Amino acid sequence: MHFLSEFWHGLIGALPWAWAHYSYMRLALLAVFLAAPLFALIGTQVVGLRLVFFSDTLGHAALAGLGIGVVARLVEPWWAMLVWAMVIALLMTWVQRRSRAAADTVLGVFMAFSVALGIMLLSRSGQSNRLVTYLIGDVLGITGHGLAGLAVVLLVAVALAWRWFNALALTGLNASLAGSRGVRVAWVQTGFALLVAVAVTMVIPWIGLLLINAFLVLPAAAARMLARDTRQYLSWAIGLALASGIGGLLSSFYWDTPTGATIVLWASVFYAFAFVTHPRRADQPAVTEATET
Amino acid sequence: MSNSRNTTSAVELPHAPCGACLTHVRNLGVRLGGQTVLEDLNFDLRCGEITALVGPNGAGKTTLLRALLGEVPFSGNCHFYGGPGHPARRLVIGYVPQRLGFDRAAPLTVADLFALTSGRQPAFLGLTNAVRVAAGVSLAEVDAAHLLNRRLGDLSGGELQRVLLALSLSPSPDLLLLDEPQQGLDAAGLVRFYELVARLRGRFDMAVVLVSHDLAAVTRIADRVFFLDRRLLAAGPPAEVLKKIGAS
Repeated sequence: MHFLSEFWHGLIGALPWAWAHYSYMRLALLAVFLAAPLFALIGTQVVGLRLVFFSDTLGHAALAGLGIGVVARLVEPWWAMLVWAMVIALLMTWVQRRSRAAADTVLGVFMAFSVALGIMLLSRSGQSNRLVTYLIGDVLGITGHGLAGLAVVLLVAVALAWRWFNALALTGLNASLAGSRGVRVAWVQTGFALLVAVAVTMVIPWIGLLLINAFLVLPAAAARMLARDTRQYLSWAIGLALASGIGGLLSSFYWDTPTGATIVLWASVFYAFAFVTHPRRADQPAVTEATET
Repeated sequence: MSNSRNTTSAVELPHAPCGACLTHVRNLGVRLGGQTVLEDLNFDLRCGEITALVGPNGAGKTTLLRALLGEVPFSGNCHFYGGPGHPARRLVIGYVPQRLGFDRAAPLTVADLFALTSGRQPAFLGLTNAVRVAAGVSLAEVDAAHLLNRRLGDLSGGELQRVLLALSLSPSPDLLLLDEPQQGLDAAGLVRFYELVARLRGRFDMAVVLVSHDLAAVTRIADRVFFLDRRLLAAGPPAEVLKKIGAS
Protein backbone atom coordinates (compact mmCIF):
# COMPACT_ATOMS: atom_id res chain seq x y z
CA MET A 1 0.00 0.00 0.00
CA HIS A 2 2.71 2.41 1.08
CA PHE A 3 4.82 1.40 -1.89
CA LEU A 4 1.95 2.04 -4.31
CA SER A 5 1.37 5.44 -2.79
CA GLU A 6 5.07 6.36 -3.09
CA PHE A 7 5.09 5.14 -6.67
CA TRP A 8 2.03 7.17 -7.69
CA HIS A 9 3.26 10.38 -6.04
CA GLY A 10 6.68 9.90 -7.58
CA LEU A 11 5.28 9.19 -11.03
CA ILE A 12 2.87 12.14 -11.20
CA GLY A 13 5.19 14.43 -9.23
CA ALA A 14 7.78 13.99 -11.97
CA LEU A 15 5.48 15.68 -14.48
CA PRO A 16 6.62 19.18 -15.39
CA TRP A 17 3.32 21.00 -14.74
CA ALA A 18 2.50 23.13 -11.68
CA TRP A 19 -0.49 21.09 -10.52
CA ALA A 20 1.58 17.93 -10.30
CA HIS A 21 3.58 19.40 -7.44
CA TYR A 22 0.58 19.41 -5.12
CA SER A 23 -0.05 16.24 -3.16
CA TYR A 24 -3.84 16.75 -3.11
CA MET A 25 -3.90 17.07 -6.91
CA ARG A 26 -2.04 13.80 -7.30
CA LEU A 27 -4.56 12.10 -5.01
CA ALA A 28 -7.44 13.72 -6.85
CA LEU A 29 -6.13 12.48 -10.19
CA LEU A 30 -6.02 8.95 -8.81
CA ALA A 31 -9.58 9.43 -7.56
CA VAL A 32 -10.66 10.36 -11.08
CA PHE A 33 -9.02 7.23 -12.51
CA LEU A 34 -10.97 5.09 -10.04
CA ALA A 35 -14.30 6.95 -10.05
CA ALA A 36 -14.61 7.42 -13.83
CA PRO A 37 -14.80 3.72 -14.80
CA LEU A 38 -16.95 2.97 -11.74
CA PHE A 39 -19.41 5.73 -12.59
CA ALA A 40 -19.40 4.86 -16.29
CA LEU A 41 -20.22 1.23 -15.51
CA ILE A 42 -23.03 2.18 -13.13
CA GLY A 43 -24.17 5.25 -15.07
CA THR A 44 -24.76 3.35 -18.33
CA GLN A 45 -27.09 1.02 -16.45
CA VAL A 46 -28.77 3.87 -14.56
CA VAL A 47 -29.57 5.56 -17.88
CA GLY A 48 -30.61 2.32 -19.59
CA LEU A 49 -32.87 1.27 -16.72
CA ARG A 50 -34.37 4.79 -16.48
CA LEU A 51 -33.14 5.20 -12.90
CA VAL A 52 -31.76 8.73 -13.31
CA PHE A 53 -34.17 10.23 -10.81
CA PHE A 54 -33.57 7.29 -8.47
CA SER A 55 -29.83 7.92 -8.30
CA ASP A 56 -30.44 11.66 -7.93
CA THR A 57 -32.67 10.94 -4.95
CA LEU A 58 -29.93 8.80 -3.42
CA GLY A 59 -27.49 11.70 -3.77
CA HIS A 60 -29.82 14.09 -1.98
CA ALA A 61 -30.65 11.49 0.66
CA ALA A 62 -27.04 11.81 1.77
CA LEU A 63 -28.00 15.10 3.43
CA ALA A 64 -30.20 13.36 5.99
CA GLY A 65 -27.46 10.79 6.58
CA LEU A 66 -25.00 13.58 7.23
CA GLY A 67 -27.43 15.23 9.66
CA ILE A 68 -27.90 12.01 11.57
CA GLY A 69 -24.16 11.42 11.70
CA VAL A 70 -23.55 14.91 13.09
CA VAL A 71 -26.31 14.68 15.69
CA ALA A 72 -25.04 11.26 16.78
CA ARG A 73 -21.61 12.93 17.20
CA LEU A 74 -19.85 10.41 14.96
CA VAL A 75 -16.19 11.19 14.31
CA GLU A 76 -16.85 10.36 10.66
CA PRO A 77 -20.44 11.35 9.80
CA TRP A 78 -19.77 9.87 6.35
CA TRP A 79 -20.55 6.40 7.71
CA ALA A 80 -24.03 7.55 8.66
CA MET A 81 -24.44 8.84 5.10
CA LEU A 82 -23.47 5.46 3.70
CA VAL A 83 -25.86 3.51 5.94
CA TRP A 84 -28.67 5.99 5.33
CA ALA A 85 -28.23 5.86 1.56
CA MET A 86 -28.34 2.05 1.62
CA VAL A 87 -31.46 2.05 3.80
CA ILE A 88 -33.15 4.58 1.51
CA ALA A 89 -32.15 2.52 -1.56
CA LEU A 90 -33.75 -0.58 -0.05
CA LEU A 91 -36.87 1.33 1.02
CA MET A 92 -37.33 2.96 -2.36
CA THR A 93 -36.96 -0.35 -4.20
CA TRP A 94 -39.43 -1.96 -1.82
CA VAL A 95 -42.03 0.80 -2.03
CA GLN A 96 -41.74 0.97 -5.82
CA ARG A 97 -42.45 -2.73 -6.12
CA ARG A 98 -45.56 -2.44 -3.96
CA SER A 99 -46.99 0.96 -4.67
CA ARG A 100 -49.22 1.80 -7.59
CA ALA A 101 -48.21 5.45 -7.39
CA ALA A 102 -46.02 6.71 -10.19
CA ALA A 103 -42.36 6.03 -9.51
CA ASP A 104 -41.32 9.67 -9.78
CA THR A 105 -43.86 10.68 -7.13
CA VAL A 106 -42.55 8.09 -4.69
CA LEU A 107 -38.95 9.18 -5.34
CA GLY A 108 -39.92 12.84 -4.97
CA VAL A 109 -41.32 12.12 -1.52
CA PHE A 110 -38.15 10.35 -0.44
CA MET A 111 -36.00 13.18 -1.72
CA ALA A 112 -38.06 15.88 -0.02
CA PHE A 113 -38.09 13.98 3.27
CA SER A 114 -34.33 13.40 3.26
CA VAL A 115 -33.41 16.96 2.34
CA ALA A 116 -35.80 18.42 4.93
CA LEU A 117 -34.52 16.11 7.66
CA GLY A 118 -30.92 16.84 6.78
CA ILE A 119 -31.34 20.63 6.86
CA MET A 120 -33.21 20.47 10.18
CA LEU A 121 -30.69 18.24 11.91
CA LEU A 122 -27.67 20.22 10.66
CA SER A 123 -29.21 23.55 11.70
CA ARG A 124 -30.22 22.28 15.15
CA SER A 125 -26.69 21.09 15.83
CA GLY A 126 -25.21 24.39 14.62
CA GLN A 127 -23.30 22.72 11.80
CA SER A 128 -24.82 24.50 8.83
CA ASN A 129 -21.34 25.28 7.53
CA ARG A 130 -20.88 21.56 6.78
CA LEU A 131 -23.86 21.84 4.51
CA VAL A 132 -22.03 23.88 1.89
CA THR A 133 -19.01 21.56 1.92
CA TYR A 134 -21.18 18.57 1.16
CA LEU A 135 -23.33 20.41 -1.34
CA ILE A 136 -20.46 21.41 -3.61
CA GLY A 137 -17.78 18.94 -2.52
CA ASP A 138 -14.15 19.45 -1.62
CA VAL A 139 -11.27 17.89 -3.48
CA LEU A 140 -9.03 18.49 -0.47
CA GLY A 141 -11.06 15.89 1.39
CA ILE A 142 -9.57 13.02 -0.63
CA THR A 143 -7.53 10.72 1.60
CA GLY A 144 -5.57 7.54 1.06
CA HIS A 145 -8.21 5.63 2.99
CA GLY A 146 -10.96 7.08 0.82
CA LEU A 147 -9.09 6.03 -2.33
CA ALA A 148 -8.50 2.52 -1.01
CA GLY A 149 -12.23 2.28 -0.30
CA LEU A 150 -13.05 3.51 -3.78
CA ALA A 151 -10.68 0.97 -5.33
CA VAL A 152 -12.43 -1.82 -3.42
CA VAL A 153 -15.86 -0.62 -4.58
CA LEU A 154 -14.59 -0.49 -8.18
CA LEU A 155 -13.30 -4.06 -7.97
CA VAL A 156 -16.55 -5.27 -6.43
CA ALA A 157 -18.58 -3.46 -9.10
CA VAL A 158 -16.54 -5.04 -11.91
CA ALA A 159 -16.94 -8.47 -10.36
CA LEU A 160 -20.69 -7.97 -9.99
CA ALA A 161 -20.96 -6.70 -13.58
CA TRP A 162 -19.11 -9.77 -14.83
CA ARG A 163 -21.74 -12.02 -13.31
CA TRP A 164 -24.93 -9.94 -13.45
CA PHE A 165 -24.58 -7.30 -16.18
CA ASN A 166 -26.70 -9.31 -18.64
CA ALA A 167 -29.34 -10.09 -16.04
CA LEU A 168 -29.63 -6.45 -14.99
CA ALA A 169 -29.81 -5.09 -18.54
CA LEU A 170 -32.45 -7.68 -19.40
CA THR A 171 -34.68 -6.65 -16.47
CA GLY A 172 -34.57 -3.13 -17.91
CA LEU A 173 -35.81 -4.37 -21.28
CA ASN A 174 -38.59 -6.56 -19.97
CA ALA A 175 -38.88 -8.03 -16.47
CA SER A 176 -40.99 -10.99 -17.61
CA LEU A 177 -38.51 -11.82 -20.36
CA ALA A 178 -35.70 -11.67 -17.79
CA GLY A 179 -37.71 -13.90 -15.46
CA SER A 180 -38.31 -16.45 -18.24
CA ARG A 181 -34.52 -16.59 -18.63
CA GLY A 182 -34.02 -17.50 -14.99
CA VAL A 183 -33.12 -14.00 -13.75
CA ARG A 184 -34.23 -13.33 -10.19
CA VAL A 185 -35.50 -9.88 -10.99
CA ALA A 186 -36.17 -8.57 -7.48
CA TRP A 187 -32.73 -9.59 -6.21
CA VAL A 188 -30.89 -8.13 -9.17
CA GLN A 189 -32.75 -4.81 -8.90
CA THR A 190 -32.20 -4.57 -5.16
CA GLY A 191 -28.53 -5.45 -5.47
CA PHE A 192 -28.01 -2.78 -8.11
CA ALA A 193 -29.81 -0.15 -5.99
CA LEU A 194 -27.39 -0.91 -3.14
CA LEU A 195 -24.38 -0.65 -5.45
CA VAL A 196 -25.57 2.76 -6.70
CA ALA A 197 -26.02 3.89 -3.09
CA VAL A 198 -22.48 2.85 -2.11
CA ALA A 199 -20.80 4.27 -5.22
CA VAL A 200 -22.59 7.61 -5.01
CA THR A 201 -21.85 8.01 -1.29
CA MET A 202 -18.17 7.24 -1.81
CA VAL A 203 -17.73 10.14 -4.21
CA ILE A 204 -20.14 12.74 -2.75
CA PRO A 205 -17.56 14.32 -0.41
CA TRP A 206 -15.39 15.22 -3.45
CA ILE A 207 -17.92 16.10 -6.14
CA GLY A 208 -20.71 17.38 -3.90
CA LEU A 209 -24.21 16.04 -3.64
CA LEU A 210 -25.74 18.71 -5.87
CA LEU A 211 -23.81 17.51 -8.90
CA ILE A 212 -22.96 13.90 -8.11
CA ASN A 213 -25.79 12.61 -10.27
CA ALA A 214 -24.66 14.71 -13.22
CA PHE A 215 -21.22 13.06 -13.07
CA LEU A 216 -22.93 9.68 -12.95
CA VAL A 217 -25.39 10.29 -15.78
CA LEU A 218 -23.92 12.80 -18.25
CA PRO A 219 -21.02 10.71 -19.64
CA ALA A 220 -23.38 7.76 -20.08
CA ALA A 221 -26.07 9.92 -21.69
CA ALA A 222 -23.53 11.37 -24.13
CA ALA A 223 -22.09 7.91 -24.85
CA ARG A 224 -25.60 6.70 -25.64
CA MET A 225 -25.74 9.04 -28.60
CA LEU A 226 -22.25 8.18 -29.89
CA ALA A 227 -22.39 4.39 -29.55
CA ARG A 228 -24.36 1.90 -31.58
CA ASP A 229 -24.03 -1.23 -29.45
CA THR A 230 -23.50 -2.26 -25.83
CA ARG A 231 -19.76 -2.62 -26.15
CA GLN A 232 -19.22 0.84 -27.66
CA TYR A 233 -21.65 2.31 -25.15
CA LEU A 234 -19.53 1.34 -22.14
CA SER A 235 -16.25 2.26 -23.87
CA TRP A 236 -17.51 5.74 -24.77
CA ALA A 237 -18.92 6.25 -21.27
CA ILE A 238 -15.58 5.36 -19.65
CA GLY A 239 -13.72 7.58 -22.08
CA LEU A 240 -15.99 10.57 -21.55
CA ALA A 241 -16.05 10.15 -17.76
CA LEU A 242 -12.23 10.08 -17.74
CA ALA A 243 -12.01 13.06 -20.06
CA SER A 244 -14.48 15.09 -17.98
CA GLY A 245 -12.77 14.04 -14.75
CA ILE A 246 -9.22 14.87 -15.86
CA GLY A 247 -10.26 17.99 -17.78
CA GLY A 248 -12.35 19.23 -14.88
CA LEU A 249 -9.70 18.54 -12.25
CA LEU A 250 -6.92 20.30 -14.12
CA SER A 251 -8.98 23.29 -15.22
CA SER A 252 -10.37 23.72 -11.70
CA PHE A 253 -6.74 24.01 -10.55
CA TYR A 254 -5.91 26.76 -13.01
CA TRP A 255 -9.29 28.54 -12.81
CA ASP A 256 -9.48 28.22 -9.02
CA THR A 257 -13.02 26.79 -9.16
CA PRO A 258 -14.69 23.91 -7.25
CA THR A 259 -13.57 20.64 -8.85
CA GLY A 260 -16.93 18.87 -8.84
CA ALA A 261 -18.65 21.70 -10.67
CA THR A 262 -15.82 22.01 -13.18
CA ILE A 263 -15.92 18.28 -13.94
CA VAL A 264 -19.66 18.43 -14.52
CA LEU A 265 -19.20 21.48 -16.75
CA TRP A 266 -16.86 19.46 -18.96
CA ALA A 267 -19.28 16.54 -18.96
CA SER A 268 -22.04 18.91 -20.09
CA VAL A 269 -19.85 20.21 -22.92
CA PHE A 270 -19.20 16.63 -24.08
CA TYR A 271 -22.92 15.93 -23.92
CA ALA A 272 -23.68 19.00 -26.02
CA PHE A 273 -21.00 17.94 -28.50
CA ALA A 274 -22.51 14.45 -28.79
CA PHE A 275 -25.97 15.92 -29.19
CA VAL A 276 -24.92 18.25 -31.98
CA THR A 277 -22.79 15.76 -33.90
CA HIS A 278 -25.03 12.69 -33.46
CA PRO A 279 -28.56 13.99 -33.14
CA ARG A 280 -30.14 10.58 -33.01
CA ARG A 281 -33.59 11.29 -31.67
CA ALA A 282 -36.54 9.32 -30.41
CA ASP A 283 -38.67 10.71 -33.24
CA GLN A 284 -36.34 9.31 -35.88
CA PRO A 285 -38.49 7.60 -38.53
CA ALA A 286 -38.53 3.83 -38.34
CA VAL A 287 -37.35 1.66 -41.19
CA THR A 288 -40.53 0.62 -42.93
CA GLU A 289 -41.66 -2.89 -43.75
CA ALA A 290 -41.16 -2.11 -47.44
CA THR A 291 -37.39 -2.12 -47.07
CA GLU A 292 -37.34 -5.67 -45.77
CA THR A 293 -35.79 -8.29 -47.97
CA MET B 1 -20.55 -14.15 -40.46
CA SER B 2 -17.97 -16.64 -41.64
CA ASN B 3 -16.42 -17.55 -38.29
CA SER B 4 -18.54 -20.64 -37.73
CA ARG B 5 -15.84 -23.27 -37.44
CA ASN B 6 -15.82 -25.58 -34.44
CA THR B 7 -18.89 -23.97 -32.98
CA THR B 8 -21.73 -25.75 -34.73
CA SER B 9 -21.91 -28.29 -31.90
CA ALA B 10 -23.28 -25.55 -29.66
CA VAL B 11 -26.29 -25.11 -31.91
CA GLU B 12 -29.42 -26.98 -31.02
CA LEU B 13 -31.15 -27.97 -34.23
CA PRO B 14 -34.94 -28.12 -34.08
CA HIS B 15 -36.81 -31.35 -34.46
CA ALA B 16 -40.46 -31.91 -35.30
CA PRO B 17 -43.01 -32.11 -32.48
CA CYS B 18 -43.54 -35.59 -31.03
CA GLY B 19 -47.15 -34.85 -30.05
CA ALA B 20 -46.67 -36.48 -26.65
CA CYS B 21 -45.23 -33.66 -24.55
CA LEU B 22 -47.84 -32.23 -22.28
CA THR B 23 -48.15 -29.22 -20.01
CA HIS B 24 -50.81 -30.28 -17.58
CA VAL B 25 -52.66 -27.56 -15.62
CA ARG B 26 -55.17 -28.43 -12.91
CA ASN B 27 -57.22 -26.15 -10.62
CA LEU B 28 -55.02 -23.17 -11.33
CA GLY B 29 -56.10 -20.03 -9.52
CA VAL B 30 -54.50 -16.62 -8.94
CA ARG B 31 -55.40 -14.05 -6.31
CA LEU B 32 -53.78 -10.64 -6.52
CA GLY B 33 -54.33 -7.89 -3.94
CA GLY B 34 -57.25 -9.76 -2.38
CA GLN B 35 -59.04 -10.21 -5.70
CA THR B 36 -59.58 -13.42 -7.60
CA VAL B 37 -58.06 -12.89 -11.02
CA LEU B 38 -58.17 -16.48 -12.22
CA GLU B 39 -59.89 -19.54 -10.80
CA ASP B 40 -60.45 -23.20 -11.48
CA LEU B 41 -58.49 -23.44 -14.73
CA ASN B 42 -58.03 -26.96 -16.11
CA PHE B 43 -56.36 -27.56 -19.43
CA ASP B 44 -53.58 -29.38 -21.27
CA LEU B 45 -51.14 -27.90 -23.76
CA ARG B 46 -49.68 -30.36 -26.26
CA CYS B 47 -46.58 -29.95 -28.37
CA GLY B 48 -47.36 -29.22 -31.98
CA GLU B 49 -50.55 -27.38 -31.09
CA ILE B 50 -51.29 -23.67 -31.22
CA THR B 51 -53.68 -22.54 -28.55
CA ALA B 52 -55.15 -19.06 -28.83
CA LEU B 53 -55.98 -17.44 -25.52
CA VAL B 54 -58.72 -14.88 -26.07
CA GLY B 55 -60.99 -12.87 -23.82
CA PRO B 56 -61.99 -9.32 -22.97
CA ASN B 57 -59.58 -6.80 -21.44
CA GLY B 58 -58.91 -7.63 -17.81
CA ALA B 59 -59.91 -11.26 -18.30
CA GLY B 60 -56.61 -12.45 -16.84
CA LYS B 61 -54.88 -13.49 -20.07
CA THR B 62 -51.57 -11.85 -19.24
CA THR B 63 -51.86 -13.00 -15.62
CA LEU B 64 -52.17 -16.60 -16.82
CA LEU B 65 -48.96 -16.19 -18.85
CA ARG B 66 -47.24 -14.70 -15.81
CA ALA B 67 -48.44 -17.60 -13.68
CA LEU B 68 -47.07 -20.11 -16.21
CA LEU B 69 -43.80 -18.15 -16.17
CA GLY B 70 -43.74 -18.46 -12.38
CA GLU B 71 -43.88 -14.70 -11.90
CA VAL B 72 -47.10 -14.60 -9.89
CA PRO B 73 -47.94 -17.15 -7.21
CA PHE B 74 -50.81 -19.48 -8.04
CA SER B 75 -52.78 -22.27 -6.40
CA GLY B 76 -53.25 -25.62 -8.11
CA ASN B 77 -50.84 -27.60 -10.24
CA CYS B 78 -48.83 -27.07 -13.39
CA HIS B 79 -46.76 -30.04 -14.52
CA PHE B 80 -44.78 -30.78 -17.62
CA TYR B 81 -44.56 -34.32 -18.93
CA GLY B 82 -42.02 -34.90 -21.70
CA GLY B 83 -42.85 -37.45 -24.36
CA PRO B 84 -40.91 -40.69 -24.90
CA GLY B 85 -37.20 -40.05 -25.29
CA HIS B 86 -37.36 -36.81 -23.31
CA PRO B 87 -35.10 -36.71 -20.29
CA ALA B 88 -36.95 -35.59 -17.16
CA ARG B 89 -36.25 -31.89 -16.68
CA ARG B 90 -37.85 -28.58 -15.95
CA LEU B 91 -40.20 -27.02 -18.45
CA VAL B 92 -38.34 -24.64 -20.77
CA ILE B 93 -40.52 -21.66 -21.62
CA GLY B 94 -39.91 -19.29 -24.50
CA TYR B 95 -41.54 -15.94 -23.95
CA VAL B 96 -42.24 -13.21 -26.50
CA PRO B 97 -43.14 -10.02 -24.63
CA GLN B 98 -45.54 -7.37 -25.87
CA ARG B 99 -42.83 -4.76 -25.92
CA LEU B 100 -39.28 -4.03 -24.83
CA GLY B 101 -38.39 -1.04 -22.68
CA PHE B 102 -35.89 0.71 -24.91
CA ASP B 103 -36.00 4.01 -26.72
CA ARG B 104 -35.22 4.29 -30.39
CA ALA B 105 -31.86 5.91 -29.67
CA ALA B 106 -30.64 3.07 -27.44
CA PRO B 107 -27.20 1.66 -28.33
CA LEU B 108 -28.53 -1.87 -28.49
CA THR B 109 -28.25 -4.25 -31.44
CA VAL B 110 -29.97 -7.52 -32.19
CA ALA B 111 -26.64 -9.22 -31.44
CA ASP B 112 -26.61 -7.51 -28.02
CA LEU B 113 -30.04 -8.95 -27.32
CA PHE B 114 -28.72 -12.46 -27.94
CA ALA B 115 -25.63 -11.75 -25.84
CA LEU B 116 -27.85 -10.57 -22.97
CA THR B 117 -30.11 -13.60 -23.04
CA SER B 118 -27.80 -16.46 -23.83
CA GLY B 119 -24.25 -15.28 -23.38
CA ARG B 120 -22.18 -16.32 -20.42
CA GLN B 121 -19.90 -13.35 -20.79
CA PRO B 122 -21.20 -9.83 -20.12
CA ALA B 123 -22.65 -8.22 -23.23
CA PHE B 124 -20.25 -5.27 -23.04
CA LEU B 125 -17.47 -7.66 -24.10
CA GLY B 126 -19.37 -8.52 -27.27
CA LEU B 127 -20.63 -11.80 -28.65
CA THR B 128 -18.86 -15.14 -28.31
CA ASN B 129 -18.63 -17.21 -31.48
CA ALA B 130 -20.96 -19.86 -30.09
CA VAL B 131 -23.66 -17.31 -29.29
CA ARG B 132 -23.20 -15.60 -32.66
CA VAL B 133 -23.70 -18.88 -34.53
CA ALA B 134 -26.69 -19.88 -32.39
CA ALA B 135 -28.21 -16.43 -32.90
CA GLY B 136 -27.74 -16.79 -36.66
CA VAL B 137 -29.52 -20.14 -36.65
CA SER B 138 -32.44 -18.81 -34.59
CA LEU B 139 -32.74 -15.68 -36.72
CA ALA B 140 -32.69 -17.75 -39.92
CA GLU B 141 -35.74 -19.64 -38.61
CA VAL B 142 -37.71 -16.40 -38.74
CA ASP B 143 -36.11 -15.08 -41.98
CA ALA B 144 -34.18 -12.44 -40.05
CA ALA B 145 -30.55 -13.56 -40.31
CA HIS B 146 -29.70 -10.25 -42.00
CA LEU B 147 -30.81 -8.31 -38.91
CA LEU B 148 -28.08 -9.59 -36.53
CA ASN B 149 -26.03 -6.40 -36.52
CA ARG B 150 -28.90 -3.92 -36.80
CA ARG B 151 -29.83 -1.56 -33.99
CA LEU B 152 -33.16 -2.35 -32.34
CA GLY B 153 -34.23 1.27 -32.80
CA ASP B 154 -33.82 0.91 -36.58
CA LEU B 155 -36.09 -2.14 -36.86
CA SER B 156 -39.69 -2.00 -38.02
CA GLY B 157 -42.43 -3.38 -35.78
CA GLY B 158 -42.56 -6.59 -37.82
CA GLU B 159 -38.79 -7.06 -37.76
CA LEU B 160 -38.64 -6.54 -33.99
CA GLN B 161 -41.44 -9.07 -33.46
CA ARG B 162 -39.52 -11.64 -35.53
CA VAL B 163 -36.31 -10.96 -33.62
CA LEU B 164 -38.12 -11.46 -30.31
CA LEU B 165 -39.57 -14.69 -31.68
CA ALA B 166 -36.10 -15.88 -32.69
CA LEU B 167 -34.82 -15.00 -29.22
CA SER B 168 -37.47 -17.22 -27.63
CA LEU B 169 -36.42 -20.23 -29.79
CA SER B 170 -33.03 -20.59 -28.15
CA PRO B 171 -32.81 -22.66 -26.01
CA SER B 172 -35.48 -24.70 -27.77
CA PRO B 173 -38.64 -24.27 -25.65
CA ASP B 174 -41.27 -26.83 -24.64
CA LEU B 175 -43.80 -24.07 -24.36
CA LEU B 176 -43.82 -20.84 -26.37
CA LEU B 177 -45.84 -17.96 -24.94
CA LEU B 178 -46.68 -15.02 -27.21
CA ASP B 179 -48.21 -12.04 -25.44
CA GLU B 180 -50.36 -9.94 -27.83
CA PRO B 181 -47.90 -10.03 -30.75
CA GLN B 182 -50.09 -7.67 -32.81
CA GLN B 183 -48.52 -4.64 -31.08
CA GLY B 184 -46.80 -2.51 -33.68
CA LEU B 185 -47.95 -4.64 -36.63
CA ASP B 186 -50.36 -3.70 -39.39
CA ALA B 187 -52.91 -6.23 -40.66
CA ALA B 188 -50.65 -7.63 -43.40
CA GLY B 189 -47.69 -7.83 -41.00
CA LEU B 190 -49.81 -9.71 -38.50
CA VAL B 191 -50.89 -12.30 -41.06
CA ARG B 192 -47.26 -12.86 -42.03
CA PHE B 193 -46.26 -13.15 -38.38
CA TYR B 194 -48.98 -15.72 -37.69
CA GLU B 195 -47.96 -17.72 -40.77
CA LEU B 196 -44.43 -17.75 -39.39
CA VAL B 197 -45.62 -19.01 -36.00
CA ALA B 198 -47.64 -21.73 -37.73
CA ARG B 199 -44.55 -22.79 -39.69
CA LEU B 200 -42.37 -22.92 -36.56
CA ARG B 201 -44.98 -25.01 -34.79
CA GLY B 202 -44.30 -27.76 -37.29
CA ARG B 203 -40.52 -27.51 -36.90
CA PHE B 204 -40.02 -27.19 -33.16
CA ASP B 205 -41.10 -29.65 -30.52
CA MET B 206 -43.20 -27.16 -28.59
CA ALA B 207 -46.69 -26.08 -27.63
CA VAL B 208 -47.63 -22.53 -28.57
CA VAL B 209 -49.91 -20.23 -26.58
CA LEU B 210 -50.95 -17.07 -28.34
CA VAL B 211 -52.62 -14.30 -26.33
CA SER B 212 -54.89 -12.00 -28.28
CA HIS B 213 -57.97 -9.90 -27.88
CA ASP B 214 -58.63 -10.23 -31.60
CA LEU B 215 -60.56 -13.47 -31.96
CA ALA B 216 -61.01 -13.35 -35.73
CA ALA B 217 -57.29 -13.00 -36.41
CA VAL B 218 -56.09 -15.95 -34.35
CA THR B 219 -58.75 -18.48 -35.32
CA ARG B 220 -57.08 -18.87 -38.69
CA ILE B 221 -53.96 -20.47 -37.28
CA ALA B 222 -55.07 -21.78 -33.89
CA ASP B 223 -55.81 -25.45 -33.38
CA ARG B 224 -57.73 -24.65 -30.25
CA VAL B 225 -59.17 -21.53 -28.67
CA PHE B 226 -59.49 -20.86 -24.97
CA PHE B 227 -62.04 -18.20 -24.14
CA LEU B 228 -61.02 -16.80 -20.78
CA ASP B 229 -62.81 -14.44 -18.44
CA ARG B 230 -61.48 -15.20 -14.98
CA ARG B 231 -62.58 -18.77 -15.68
CA LEU B 232 -62.19 -20.87 -18.79
CA LEU B 233 -65.62 -20.22 -20.36
CA ALA B 234 -65.06 -22.16 -23.56
CA ALA B 235 -62.30 -24.35 -24.98
CA GLY B 236 -62.08 -26.30 -28.19
CA PRO B 237 -61.63 -25.94 -31.95
CA PRO B 238 -62.06 -22.34 -33.16
CA ALA B 239 -65.41 -22.87 -34.92
CA GLU B 240 -66.90 -24.55 -31.87
CA VAL B 241 -65.75 -21.83 -29.49
CA LEU B 242 -66.95 -19.10 -31.83
CA LYS B 243 -70.41 -20.70 -31.94
CA LYS B 244 -70.50 -21.04 -28.18
CA ILE B 245 -69.52 -17.43 -27.56
CA GLY B 246 -71.93 -16.20 -30.21
CA ALA B 247 -74.78 -18.11 -28.57
CA SER B 248 -74.22 -16.72 -25.09
